[in-house]
Amino acid sequence: MLRRDWRAGELNVLIIALVIAISGITTVEFFIDRVKTALVQESNQLLGADLLIISSESIPDSFTSEAKRLGLATASIIKFPSMISNGEHNLLVEIRAVTQGYPLRGNVQLMQEAKNSNDSSSVSGPATWRRSTDIPESGAIWVDEKVLRQLELNKTDRIDVGATQLQVTEFIAREPDHSVGFINLGPRIMMNAADLDKTELIQLGSRVSYNLQVAGDEENVQHFRNWAQTRLSKAQRIEGIRDARPEIKAALERAEKFLNLAALASVVMAAAAIALAVRQFTQRHLDGCAVMRSLGASQNQLLYLYVFYFLLLGLLASSVGCVIGFATQEILSNWLTGLTDTALPWPSLWPLAQGLAIGLILLLGFALPPVLNLRSVSTMRVLRRDIGLSNKHGVIGYLFGLFVLALLFIWKAQDLSMGLYVVGGFIAAILLFAGFGWLLIKILANFRHHVGNAWRYGLASIHRRAVSSVLQIVALGLGLMALLVMTLIQDDLIEDWQTSLPPDAPNYFLVNIQSDQIDPLKNFFQQRDIDSPVLFPMVKGRLVKINGKEILPEHFAHDLHAERHIRREFNLSWLSELPSDNQVVQGTWWTVNGESKTSMKAEISIEQSIAKIIGIKLGDELTYDIAGSHFSAPVTSVRKVNWDSFRVNFFVVTPPGLLENYPLSYITSFHVPENRMDMIHALVRAFPNILVIDMATVINQVQGMIEKVSQAIQFVFIFTVLAGFSVLYAAIVATQDERIYEAAIFRTLGAHRQQMQRAWAVEFAILGGLAGILAAAGASMLGYVIAEQILHFEYRFDPWIWLIATPLGAITVLIGGLLGTRAALSTPPILTLRNLA
Amino acid sequence: MVNNEDQKFILLVQGLTKQVSTGDSQLTILQDIHLQINSAETVAIIGASGSGKSTLLALLAGLDLPTSGKVYLDQVDIFLLNEDERAALRSKVLGFVFQSFQLLPALTALENVMLPLELADADHAEQKSQQLLARVGLAQRLHHYPKQLSGGEQQRVAIARAFVTAPKLLLADEPTGNLDAETGEQIIDLMFELNREQGTTLVLVTHDETLSQRCSRQIRLSHGKLV
Repeated sequence: MLRRDWRAGELNVLIIALVIAISGITTVEFFIDRVKTALVQESNQLLGADLLIISSESIPDSFTSEAKRLGLATASIIKFPSMISNGEHNLLVEIRAVTQGYPLRGNVQLMQEAKNSNDSSSVSGPATWRRSTDIPESGAIWVDEKVLRQLELNKTDRIDVGATQLQVTEFIAREPDHSVGFINLGPRIMMNAADLDKTELIQLGSRVSYNLQVAGDEENVQHFRNWAQTRLSKAQRIEGIRDARPEIKAALERAEKFLNLAALASVVMAAAAIALAVRQFTQRHLDGCAVMRSLGASQNQLLYLYVFYFLLLGLLASSVGCVIGFATQEILSNWLTGLTDTALPWPSLWPLAQGLAIGLILLLGFALPPVLNLRSVSTMRVLRRDIGLSNKHGVIGYLFGLFVLALLFIWKAQDLSMGLYVVGGFIAAILLFAGFGWLLIKILANFRHHVGNAWRYGLASIHRRAVSSVLQIVALGLGLMALLVMTLIQDDLIEDWQTSLPPDAPNYFLVNIQSDQIDPLKNFFQQRDIDSPVLFPMVKGRLVKINGKEILPEHFAHDLHAERHIRREFNLSWLSELPSDNQVVQGTWWTVNGESKTSMKAEISIEQSIAKIIGIKLGDELTYDIAGSHFSAPVTSVRKVNWDSFRVNFFVVTPPGLLENYPLSYITSFHVPENRMDMIHALVRAFPNILVIDMATVINQVQGMIEKVSQAIQFVFIFTVLAGFSVLYAAIVATQDERIYEAAIFRTLGAHRQQMQRAWAVEFAILGGLAGILAAAGASMLGYVIAEQILHFEYRFDPWIWLIATPLGAITVLIGGLLGTRAALSTPPILTLRNLA
Repeated sequence: MVNNEDQKFILLVQGLTKQVSTGDSQLTILQDIHLQINSAETVAIIGASGSGKSTLLALLAGLDLPTSGKVYLDQVDIFLLNEDERAALRSKVLGFVFQSFQLLPALTALENVMLPLELADADHAEQKSQQLLARVGLAQRLHHYPKQLSGGEQQRVAIARAFVTAPKLLLADEPTGNLDAETGEQIIDLMFELNREQGTTLVLVTHDETLSQRCSRQIRLSHGKLV
């Protein structure tokens, strides 16, 4: 029977809807499965590993043993500040002693050909970089550009590192874990950890940071993380990329959620298409069932027949969907070549299983219950064809289908609230669409006596077929709503990403600019036609008292974070206005005198995370030691700072007029296009004391990733659109039989083809228009909820959606409808009447 | 065109042949039919199942196309017209009653009857339809849907729909085929009454000899030929 129905094209809609939904969902599943792992690995290059254990004490061997037991790779980095010397010059550097394997993710980039110090254009472009495949050999040392310049080094020079001498063998251009955070600012050297003892630099009380890099299989890394979490001492902490770079974490999570939502939207649409298509299916199988029943088939026999029928159909259609899904994700992966530097790992078979399961759930949930009504077809139908079918299982059937869909959503979303939001949204939409659709149909029907023929028939037709019209409006409305929501969110999501990290986001920071360098620096920018960046004044101060009570780093020995912050000098600055990427979460921001823009009242605004780390509360009086003199002021506000903006921000600020007389320097950030890198080299030459911090690698990587993920989202969106068409197709086909019959009677009674066409055009346009209006309303609300509650970005209401959705619905359904009903019009009436007789 | 002498006829059939292909061979359903039906005549086309009665009726109404031959309906060679023109001619000249009623299930009895008037853009469609439904005894059933009506009632609606445009020619295809004997009798009575009242020409396809005897003329078909 399945084969016969398939040949007769009776299953087209069911098959098309299923295949689109399943191929959509498997494409997304396969794609996410492969790319997520690769993206995470790639973003981990910024960390140099998948996971980092950072400790102020030596890390116990048990950590390394456990990582090895789980099959994970490990490498150690021991970091500490020390003076090095080439005999003539001394330099305070950060020494990084690394073990074999470092870095576990990404590569150290070395300068292909280092120039000697007399040629200060020693920073080469990326074209002359090469990847290192190893770490410095024992006895060797690699230095970065700052060391190279300041110590005027050449390759093979030997430098004193503590009690030993090491030979310079390479110049480092960039390390993968170079730019995470703002801690590693100074000149750096890299040496082999095996030489560490010989340096005799690590003594009791030395400020050493021990880092253990861990990388490997995602699941095992997670196991290791869980294991380590419970064994960390106060001096230790864990960092994954998601801890270190919140914007990457957010981008990845949102992309994943969006892709899942897009795939789920095609599942909802498939459900709507199947629910529509199954009406035609039951109508066409009525006679067969009546005959079988009259020949003695029991209800149970029909039940088994149809359960088997749908299982087989579901498996076949879902398998085709899975194959298409697999092929499409291959195309997608190739199309987005370069999305990840690392080769995409082979996908697991899990998406296949999911695809098959979802296909069966959809079909059994939405198609089977109404079809089960066929069991109870009256045998009288063999005598009287007008005896239809009771619809007692219809409502229960759809409820069952919705319940199954809800479970599917919650399972797929892997997030109860997201699943409930979406399911609740769709159920509310179905009820509202049905209610409003019914109301609008009733209201419009009243106009039929006041309009021309075509409109009268179109309106009458919608009104006369009220139930199926409402069903069509609901299904089309849902389809259109899903499309609109996804379009809105997709646009907003990508825009949100791009604005949070625009192409011109600052990629260089300049620190330690002296007052007398302000004008030369401005001239420097001016000469190169680059807008001079805003310079922020900065005073260095050490926190010495809280509420008059002296504090020492030792008081915070139990907390590595706090201890480090107390030991460090803070950068204090002053501001009159609250910057746009700052938000006061406690207390109030000061007001400054209009003209002088200064305030006589001493007060402090502190960043919330640092306040929490050190334990500072609103109202506490803080005392800073600034170049030997004390500055005290109460905390009058606590700020939340968006560090992801890559703009200059300060932990501690005061109103203007308080710190100006202390020794100060300036800091700034600005954007340098890729092709103007030479200007950085010139800047370093012209202002040797200014510290240049390069954030370009991080920013490029994040931007590149966001761009590729955006493309992936747009690609997956194609499935949402296709699924939308399957709803349209189903909606048209659902009433095809009625229309063919209607056309035959109309034609027999003397109707022109155009009369029918116009009436149907009116009907389709009204159905589409109503679906469009309702979809716009639904999409606005659902979009808001999804954006605010699930994807966590600010939703912008788009009034255009209302103007676009109605004509879009009307025109699409009109065109689709007229194309779809051409056959009904061109069938000679006698054929139809004879078939039905 | 047709000679002026022949203008009293409403239907003229000349050399009508209908063949359909069944794989390799051609099956002849109707062969070289010639007949003339005059205004106000009542004619029964009788024959066994498969004799070609219904095909002939469909060709007379222009619902199907012949392999060869001509049909003049109200002086017009209908196979020179396109589908739309034939439909327009039908709406002016023809009424139809089918064996299986062919009512639109989504329309009420009244709306079904109004349909041909609305298609022809006629005035007072509702009023005329109500009157005719009252005439066929369904004044209380105006707003019922076909599935809420018995077979006999459905056929009454179909008869009202056929007569509402006051057609010159009424074609009825086994109008009692789906009804029990008693109901069938009532339906036929009603149809003949309306036929008389409106002076309509009636062409009735049936295999029922008794029914055919109520018509003024019988045309017998056997294996696609007039006998």
